[in-house]
Amino acid sequence: MTDTPPDLRFLASHEWIRLDQETKIATVGISNFAQEQLGDVVYVELPEVGAVLISGDEVAVVESVKAASEVYAPISGEVVEINNALEQDPNLINDSPYDGGWFFKVKVEEDHQENIDSLMTTENYLQRLEEN
Amino acid sequence: MNRTFLYETHLSLNAKLVNFSGWEMPINYGSQIREHNEVRNNIGIFDVSHMSIFDITGKDSKDFLSYILANNVTKIVEGQALYSLILNHAGGILDDLIVYKLDHGYRVVSNCATHDQNANWFQSNILSFDAEITYRENLGILAVQGPNSSKVLSSSVSKQLMELANFTFIELEGLFVAKTGYTGEEGFEIIGSFDLLSELWDQLISAGISPIGLAARDTLRLEAGLNLSGTDMNTTNNPYESNLGWTVDVHDPDRNFVGKEALYKLKKNNSLKLVGCILESKGILRSGQKIIQGNREGIVLSGTFSPTLQKSIALIRVPNDFEGTAQVEIRNKLFDIKLVCPPFVRKGKIVV
Repeated sequence: MTDTPPDLRFLASHEWIRLDQETKIATVGISNFAQEQLGDVVYVELPEVGAVLISGDEVAVVESVKAASEVYAPISGEVVEINNALEQDPNLINDSPYDGGWFFKVKVEEDHQENIDSLMTTENYLQRLEEN
Repeated sequence: MNRTFLYETHLSLNAKLVNFSGWEMPINYGSQIREHNEVRNNIGIFDVSHMSIFDITGKDSKDFLSYILANNVTKIVEGQALYSLILNHAGGILDDLIVYKLDHGYRVVSNCATHDQNANWFQSNILSFDAEITYRENLGILAVQGPNSSKVLSSSVSKQLMELANFTFIELEGLFVAKTGYTGEEGFEIIGSFDLLSELWDQLISAGISPIGLAARDTLRLEAGLNLSGTDMNTTNNPYESNLGWTVDVHDPDRNFVGKEALYKLKKNNSLKLVGCILESKGILRSGQKIIQGNREGIVLSGTFSPTLQKSIALIRVPNDFEGTAQVEIRNKLFDIKLVCPPFVRKGKIVV
């Protein structure tokens, strides 16, 4: 059972985002629920470092044996790092969705930061899953 | 929603259950890839009791099946099994099935998604024959598949199973055990009462044999190059464009069967074929993707990640003269594929 860190924000489409307040760099991944739904992940297509993402855009694809699923940018900003480990070991997304299975990091400009605050908290997200 | 007699058992084994054509079935018990590899390398057990069993009895049972099945059921004797398509009058594929010759008639095992269609089709066609068809909803089916399945079942069920030839079966103390399967490995499909099959399931699970979900069943059958009815072929497809021309014989003057007349013409004019392909780069082939060679197109029927090849593979339908390499369009980008002759994997070995 994977515990969900309490300090994340979520999209309804099951992406999580964690903003480092000091560096203003946000890390993005998909939730434990999402990886469970997908089953064994075998391939991930990540954005390129330097790409400028617009919140809501389709920016990555995660493919399990079963299906392909789009990943949406929870926030606008420039991609500063991608998780290269996923290329060799996409299964990290199943094993460690909130840690080793992160997708990419985005530098968040100041005027976008409050957009993160408007996303679902961990508590709200888990509650929403339970209701559905 | 229908549930098999093993529903509670699946829950206790941490199965993830999904709606499979109206049946709540285990899709995996944790990891589909681990389950897939277990069957390729060792042994696994599947609950496939959602499939339909029909028994056909009566004086004309052979004549009825000879008419309704595209393959020639008169080729088999008691104890043997035969793969066959059922066609509509236009030569389109309604479904595929396995028919077994019993001492007192025949047994047909066909797909779950097509149950109602098949039941109605059999019922409406049997009227002009002195034969009767019974849906055996009180029986279940387990599949035990993998290179160690003969060894394990011969010690846990009967020594006779060690010698059982492919596409034959025996009946043993209430269990109907056939050397058939849908994985490309040696294996058995076992039909019996819920009580007997529960006992066998528990015995094998206690012996450490892994339960295998329907997700792994799909990757196993795709690696084995076995078509999935409804996905790789349907009523708009004929046997020749479905790599199944070998199962229909239009030249036997003594046998008339549903679809035969249409097949003459379809065979002569057929311009498509079903083949396999391997994606050379990363990414996953999926049903519906476009295959391109020159200015002509084909389509991906079923595609997946192959745990054995560690690459994506697919069954595709393309023009007859497509050979060598082609391209597939995935999310608006083109990637190279290599066309191959299925199966991809046979008895644990990569054969493409």
